[in-house]
Amino acid sequence: MRLPGRGRNAGAEEVRFRFDGRDYRGRAGEPLAAALLANGVRVMGRSFKYHRPRGVMTAGSEEPNALVTVGRGADREPNVRATVQEVFEGLEAYGQNAWPSVHFDLMAVNDLFAPFLGAGFYYKTFMWPRAFWEKLYEPGIRRAAGLGVLSGEHNPDPYEKAFAFCDLLVIGAGPAGLMAALAAGRAGAEVILADEGPEPGGRLLSEDERVEGQPAQAWVAVVLAELAEMPNVRVMTRTTVTGAYDQGTYGALERVSAHMARPAPGLPRECFWRIAAKRAVLAAGALERPVAFAGNDRPGVMLASAMRSYLHRWGVAPGRSVVVFGNNDDAQRTARDLAAAGVHVAAMVDARTDAPEVAGVRMFRGAVVTGTAGGRHGLEAVTIRCEDGRVERIAVESLAVSGGWNPAVHLTCHMNGRPVWREEIAAFVPADGAVPGLAPAGACAGEFSTRGCLEAGLRAAGAALADLGMQAPAMEAPEADAARYRLRPLWAVEGRGRAWLDFQNDVTVKDVKLAAQENYASVEHMKRYTTQGMAPDQGKNSNVAALAVLAEATGRGIPETGTTTFRPPYVPVSIAAMGAGAQGKGFAPERLTTSHAASRARGAPMIEAGLWYRPSYFPQGDEDWEAACRREARMVREAVGVADVSTLGKIDVQGADAARFLDFVYTNTFSTLKPGRVRYGLMLREDGHVMDDGTTARFGETHFVMTTTTAAAGEVMAHLEWVRQGLRPDWDVRPISVTEQWAQFAVAGPRSAELLDGLIDGGLDKDAWPFMSCGKVTVQGIGGRLFRISFSGEEGYEIALPARYGAALFDELLTRAEALGGGPYGMEALNALRVEKGFITHAEIHGRTTAFDIGMARMVSAKKDCIGKAAATREGLSGEDREQLVGLRPVEEGARMTAGAHVFAEGAAHVRENSEGYVTSVAPSVALGGWLGLGFLRNGRARHGEVVVLVDHLRGRRLRATVQDPVQYDPEGVRLRG
Amino acid sequence: MRLRCPLCGERDRREFTYKGAAVALDRPATEAWSADWDDYLHNRANPAGETRDLWQHAAGCGAWLVVTRDTVTHSIADVRLARGEGTA
Repeated sequence: MRLPGRGRNAGAEEVRFRFDGRDYRGRAGEPLAAALLANGVRVMGRSFKYHRPRGVMTAGSEEPNALVTVGRGADREPNVRATVQEVFEGLEAYGQNAWPSVHFDLMAVNDLFAPFLGAGFYYKTFMWPRAFWEKLYEPGIRRAAGLGVLSGEHNPDPYEKAFAFCDLLVIGAGPAGLMAALAAGRAGAEVILADEGPEPGGRLLSEDERVEGQPAQAWVAVVLAELAEMPNVRVMTRTTVTGAYDQGTYGALERVSAHMARPAPGLPRECFWRIAAKRAVLAAGALERPVAFAGNDRPGVMLASAMRSYLHRWGVAPGRSVVVFGNNDDAQRTARDLAAAGVHVAAMVDARTDAPEVAGVRMFRGAVVTGTAGGRHGLEAVTIRCEDGRVERIAVESLAVSGGWNPAVHLTCHMNGRPVWREEIAAFVPADGAVPGLAPAGACAGEFSTRGCLEAGLRAAGAALADLGMQAPAMEAPEADAARYRLRPLWAVEGRGRAWLDFQNDVTVKDVKLAAQENYASVEHMKRYTTQGMAPDQGKNSNVAALAVLAEATGRGIPETGTTTFRPPYVPVSIAAMGAGAQGKGFAPERLTTSHAASRARGAPMIEAGLWYRPSYFPQGDEDWEAACRREARMVREAVGVADVSTLGKIDVQGADAARFLDFVYTNTFSTLKPGRVRYGLMLREDGHVMDDGTTARFGETHFVMTTTTAAAGEVMAHLEWVRQGLRPDWDVRPISVTEQWAQFAVAGPRSAELLDGLIDGGLDKDAWPFMSCGKVTVQGIGGRLFRISFSGEEGYEIALPARYGAALFDELLTRAEALGGGPYGMEALNALRVEKGFITHAEIHGRTTAFDIGMARMVSAKKDCIGKAAATREGLSGEDREQLVGLRPVEEGARMTAGAHVFAEGAAHVRENSEGYVTSVAPSVALGGWLGLGFLRNGRARHGEVVVLVDHLRGRRLRATVQDPVQYDPEGVRLRG
Repeated sequence: MRLRCPLCGERDRREFTYKGAAVALDRPATEAWSADWDDYLHNRANPAGETRDLWQHAAGCGAWLVVTRDTVTHSIADVRLARGEGTA
């Protein structure tokens, strides 16, 4: 219910919103949970396993119960914490894990089966028969259990990711964080102050106390005003630091527009930040923990500190009457503040026998709450066991609970740090130096007084500034409440009935004891057996109590029992935010050649080659790919074809030691190559297997241009840099990638010289351009390069001009080719032509083949060392047992072959042990008719003429083929020499 | 993770490509296969503690770097150019 005139947001605009189909009014910007409480809505969710009605328990991101789905379209977002989602005009939210509504849920029948659904029930009940698990049990459990669901449609919301850098990252803007940011800001450091909430201030916004003689909230406003004036300070609200990583890197999730009714177009919903900070202060505060007792999950039961937040920030009381139950002085504050606000505080139940008085409130010292009673709408009464054993029942609408505070040590454990138990506060605190460069300060380090937090923030900033070589400003922490925090540890109240520890995963005290009884005594085993702490909230308000129960059940102390491992992220992070920008084309950028538009205009389907897009074929009429491929291949064999080969890697190698360098990276010799000549080169990895192949042209004594395959261009470039910098640092040589600087086209076929004769300035003198020559030419005055090389087996050239002329050159080449009965050819025809010639691609040099395997053992020069030479001589990398490159031709003319088929000897059973090789490439053959293939066959070079069986188990195909020399067309190379 | 490239300054690990142990710098001079070659290619220590490995600042200056780091604490003790002093 709303307390008129109360709350920091008393003047906020009134807005309308919907929850589970009903209309409500709330104050703009307050959490949905506050607005629902103000409207008397207590049931906000249903529990994971038992479908028990649940109300809001906290006022922060650690909320276990009040999870809702926001929106209802494709972009609807499940598992949004009602304590985090801000209310705006038109907000629509829905309860989850319930049908038809959280108010009345038919699945609550699960709760009746609770005796059978205890810890480990999945393992015990559903083991047999095995097949039933997948078909029956698991789908059934999945339907009944769970939280919110996604729409299943593409999420149209924009998300973003970003980097930020600072001297000091301050995590949390409570008293410690504000002081740290203020001190570092005054010192001139670059500061980022990140806070989860929509407004900085932390607990100071939720308490009735004074700082520096003024209300704490007024002090916060003064500090924020000063920070806002500092250009070196960036305050990031709605930003949760989610993880601590190596070298001062922090992940942070900023909720950019989820609180807006109408976000500006393009504004991301969330942004995932990677913040590189030289130093960090962790001022994450502490999380209040509940006490386990029977029926402690009834709506209306709430943490004591959360009640103060609802009261002071949003002017909301959880009910007309309240009982407060605690074991520390903070719980008493709740009784005091609520009473001061006019709420009827029916009793203060304090487990301590020496608890101080709360004015005007009936005290139960040395007493505990043992149970709750109520109806479908929540709490109606609590049962109290007094110090003398007497039991009293009090009718009441809500119950505030405090079991003390757990420092938010999470980030300090993200790099293997283990928190340390501190007896006097009965809580874990961060270990010293757990994250290099990060200093915990304030409540997250176990300092719970406001004055202590202010001082700790100042101190941490001072230390960070000293590390950064900066002068700390002369300032003192302001006056504030310095009262010591006193408590008597109390984790669980003995009694009948289920007492909940992990509300989000429905784990009870009994479950943990059962785990211990069944010898899941290690905390990690207990966690997995009971699922304690494995829900989206990661057990933020239950893990410590659960291990305290486990410690008692196993007769150990809490420090010996230890904690489970805290891992990032601190709060759930949507995959959409972490992977922002990587959807669709953002995932794999497109590399387009200069002929792309012209190829598309001719209807060429594109195929992907790495990130490149290359034309598959250029269809005419209603040709399918094979018809187009055969026509294009015939065109090259009989007239002239043009293909864009710009995607091949082009590496310019220059320097006095360039020739020597190439001798070292290639198996064969380049230092003997004369300027104006081109040579085919084979490159090995250091382990003796083939890395890549290609031609390298020598343009001068100290200038080479290397060509790599499209696929390996990046790998080869990195390799050359490695060899140069790592192995031959004294040599004078520089490789540089010029792949994208040049547009290069193959012009192939018996009429290729005729085409180029008309194109090149001054014509083409064929005698001056023998096979494997290169040189500079001009085309309409533009400087370019010409290479007489062939990947088709025909007389062929490749002409290169600077990339900006590529589109025009392609048009010009096609016009001239078509006048000669030729035209463009695509990757299919290019492949068919090279298969006929036995030229290899990465289908053959796939990383496991040696120079011996592909019949190029003699290309490894005996006269010099090269990368991979020593390893290539190893036993087993050559010889009869190796699978060797062969040509394959179907026995039955025209039979279609498939790549990937395995090769078997005739008569052998088609099982894996008998496989003697495999087919790597297949293509329709124009020159020989039918289909041809390349593949590897054990001792294949000695088996030419043998008939083998190709079996493609995947496609269910089988055919007989004759083993041949890989070069199945023009073996003497008469045609390519022209 | 962040590495301080001697040429470019401190950068996020996304700019770097990992190769493996810095043993790769000590390539045997012999052309015949030997136990040294076996060690060079295959045998690697897997220390819980200090390790030296090779990274390329691939999305930066292209320099190959020798990084000395601790596999337990992830701290980075030293980053230097693989080719030694001077420019990459």
